[in-house]
Amino acid sequence: MNALSTYLVLAAVLFSLGLMGVLQRRNLIGMLISLELMLNGASINFMAFNRFLAPEPAVGQIVTLFIMGLAAAEAAIGLSLILALFRRLRSINIERAQQMRG
Amino acid sequence: MNLIAGTESWAQMAFWVIVGLTLGGAGIAVFPRNILYNVLGLALALSGVAGVYMFLGSSFIALMQLLIYVGAICIAIVFAIMLSRPLHLEAPERNAPKVAMAAGASAIFLAGMLGVAFKTDWVPAAQRSADWSVETIGHMLLTRYDLVFEVISLVLLVAIIGAIITAGASRRLSS
Repeated sequence: MNALSTYLVLAAVLFSLGLMGVLQRRNLIGMLISLELMLNGASINFMAFNRFLAPEPAVGQIVTLFIMGLAAAEAAIGLSLILALFRRLRSINIERAQQMRG
Repeated sequence: MNLIAGTESWAQMAFWVIVGLTLGGAGIAVFPRNILYNVLGLALALSGVAGVYMFLGSSFIALMQLLIYVGAICIAIVFAIMLSRPLHLEAPERNAPKVAMAAGASAIFLAGMLGVAFKTDWVPAAQRSADWSVETIGHMLLTRYDLVFEVISLVLLVAIIGAIITAGASRRLSS
């Protein structure tokens, strides 16, 4: 219905907003939220190429499902790490987490 | 004929409304300092992305997006917020040079991506099948793209075990 470039621009803007959030936030949960935006930008790209260019429309959907599964795994691991860090430091500010000794 | 043109323009308008919701939600997810607003903006943006998938012709992926992202990941993030820092504490001030550098870096990235998107001559594949059904996706997931299915199962299993150990073991260590 719309042109391919509309979707590509939307995906690029989403990804850039997420990139800006990851670079600029200091709250770890805020960084995780921005990371989800970046993953969604990538998925929109896959679905758009799937709709307009790809020979086999099932493949892009499979890749998008794969990205969703990875995002769920990443969110679970990230959130449990954030909880562990919060118990240790009483803070989820990224600038307080500078010590590597366990 | 007029009716068809009418539905077409309505669909076009709905598309732009959905794009606006997505970008507005993404803005709310990145810019406010209150973390709860960020999560609500993220839910809005992810629902908008589900609508975009609907326009791209796949209602199955749109439903999965609502179920996994909005239903599971946003709720998990809300849980993490409630278990971590108390919300009544004042969020620290932003560091202006850092924000400016982040905005500059993402603007450069955006310019590069838009350049690639507009300069490239996208050519559709010569033969394109029109099979969008869920049956085909399921069939391909269990035959030709079997590896995707197995790898995602393994990754999810490892993530579950890892999350339990990370969140549980640190409690035992610190108490």
